[in-house]
Amino acid sequence: MKRVMTCIECPQGCRLEIEADGSRVISVTGHKCKRGDKYARQETEAPLRTLTTSVLTRGLELKMLPVRTSRPIPKDKLFDAMRAVKTIVVTSPVKTGSVVAENFLGLGADLVACRPLDKL
Amino acid sequence: MKRRELVIVGGGPAGMAAALAARAAGVEDVLLLERDQHLGGILNQCIHPGFGLHHFKEELTGPEYADRFAALVHADPGIEVSLRSFVVKLGKDRELSYLRPGAMEDIQAGAVILATGCRERTREMIPIPGSRPAGVFPAGLAQKMVNMEGWIPGREAVIVGSGDIGLIMARRMALEGVAVKAVIEIQKTSRGLVRNVVQCLEDFGIPLRFQHRLTAIHGADRVEKVSVVRVDDDFKDIPGTAFEIACDTVLVSVGLIPENELLEMAGGAVDRRTNTPVADEVNLTSLPGVFACGNACKVYDLADSVTRDSELAGRMAAKYLGVPA
Ligand SMILES: Cc1cc2nc3c(=O)[nH]c(=O)nc-3n(C[C@H](O)[C@H](O)[C@H](O)COP(=O)(O)OP(=O)(O)OC[C@H]3O[C@@H](n4cnc5c(N)ncnc54)[C@H](O)[C@@H]3O)c2cc1C
Ligand code: SF4
Repeated sequence: MKRVMTCIECPQGCRLEIEADGSRVISVTGHKCKRGDKYARQETEAPLRTLTTSVLTRGLELKMLPVRTSRPIPKDKLFDAMRAVKTIVVTSPVKTGSVVAENFLGLGADLVACRPLDKL
Repeated sequence: MKRRELVIVGGGPAGMAAALAARAAGVEDVLLLERDQHLGGILNQCIHPGFGLHHFKEELTGPEYADRFAALVHADPGIEVSLRSFVVKLGKDRELSYLRPGAMEDIQAGAVILATGCRERTREMIPIPGSRPAGVFPAGLAQKMVNMEGWIPGREAVIVGSGDIGLIMARRMALEGVAVKAVIEIQKTSRGLVRNVVQCLEDFGIPLRFQHRLTAIHGADRVEKVSVVRVDDDFKDIPGTAFEIACDTVLVSVGLIPENELLEMAGGAVDRRTNTPVADEVNLTSLPGVFACGNACKVYDLADSVTRDSELAGRMAAKYLGVPA
């Protein structure tokens, strides 16, 4: 089975052609670098995405703190993750990279702060 | 009047890169003026990943990219950062006035770098007929509301324009539980990156309608629906193709326009159509000792390119100031 997809790893957006047997990848062509090969295999086997969003704060300089998952999570968990994010309120100052929620949803990824925020 | 060697207006990626590069080139006294309460500019609201692949060889979110530079800027004793400082006046001999909480300051600058960024084109700048109900937002403003204020503008949205901001906002709204009914694009292709079409629209099953045009926005108090029609290669409506989409929100993403009021005020030449400084080279203006970099110079797609060109602006200003002597 042949599949065509666009690599989303960088703005080049290479057009990848994947020969696969179900979710087992046989060959990948069209990638300009090796990240494209890895992406094609991952995307065929189990698509992952990094979630970025913002969470509510209380008593800090800004009303919302931008956060991201420390590593990509399964694409089909994005909406579960968004629901869980809504229950979080950050109340103490953070630095870039501070962990806001550890092993978020049990997915092996932390939710981390993308900027520093001080007390109001 | 107080004299300052180099004054930079705007603390986004352009202003920060220019400040650091000018210092590296030997400028001793840099004043960085930013009207907001933080450095970072537009990056503060661009919470999606996609920044820094060239400069840092890794993919950062906008705030992370800004923070790397802000940390360097704050750590440099030769750069004075003045926040909540709004530059209101610039003269042709680089005399400059700014408002900060409780005071108006007048200074004389040896050189000035304008790094004031862009503002959004609004619905008024591309005529969309129909009533004027609530629920129509410029996409960048919606981005700020959702990402920084936690305020979701509606439940069912249509996005006009498939540039990167429109695409990024389509995903953002979808993640927030908004039903994004369609992205409408009058051209045959998207101006945005292919990766954004894939990860922002295809991932969420949001239809992208090329060669379609929004003909009207309907609604008494709040948007109720929009009318859409297919257009041919000459952008003429194709009869019999009109349809409606029910929605309560319309995000208009029709491009950015450089912010160059200060340059105009000082008598610098500004192109009427693009609002960019008229000059032979990137970062230059028609006024000696006044430079413009980043989105104030031209609209950039990538913050990495803003950083690269703005570093050059910092070095150009240093050279103008005769540094190193
Ligand atoms: C929605 C959106 C999404 C984007 N996505 C990406 C992406 O995924 N990847 C990527 O690489 N790039 C992206 N970009 C592009 C990139 O972010 C911009 O090109 C870059 O941030 C421009 O930097 P700048 O410093 O020129 O302008 P800005 O970041 O706008 O900074 C200008 C600063 O000047 C200040 N200012 C203006 N006037 C005055 C005044 N009179 N006095 C004092 N201060 C003043 C403003 O407050 C602001 O802080 C995106 C841009 C937008 C708008
Ligand atoms: S294959 Fe490499 S160059 Fe091509 S889009 Fe993917 S990461 Fe970028």
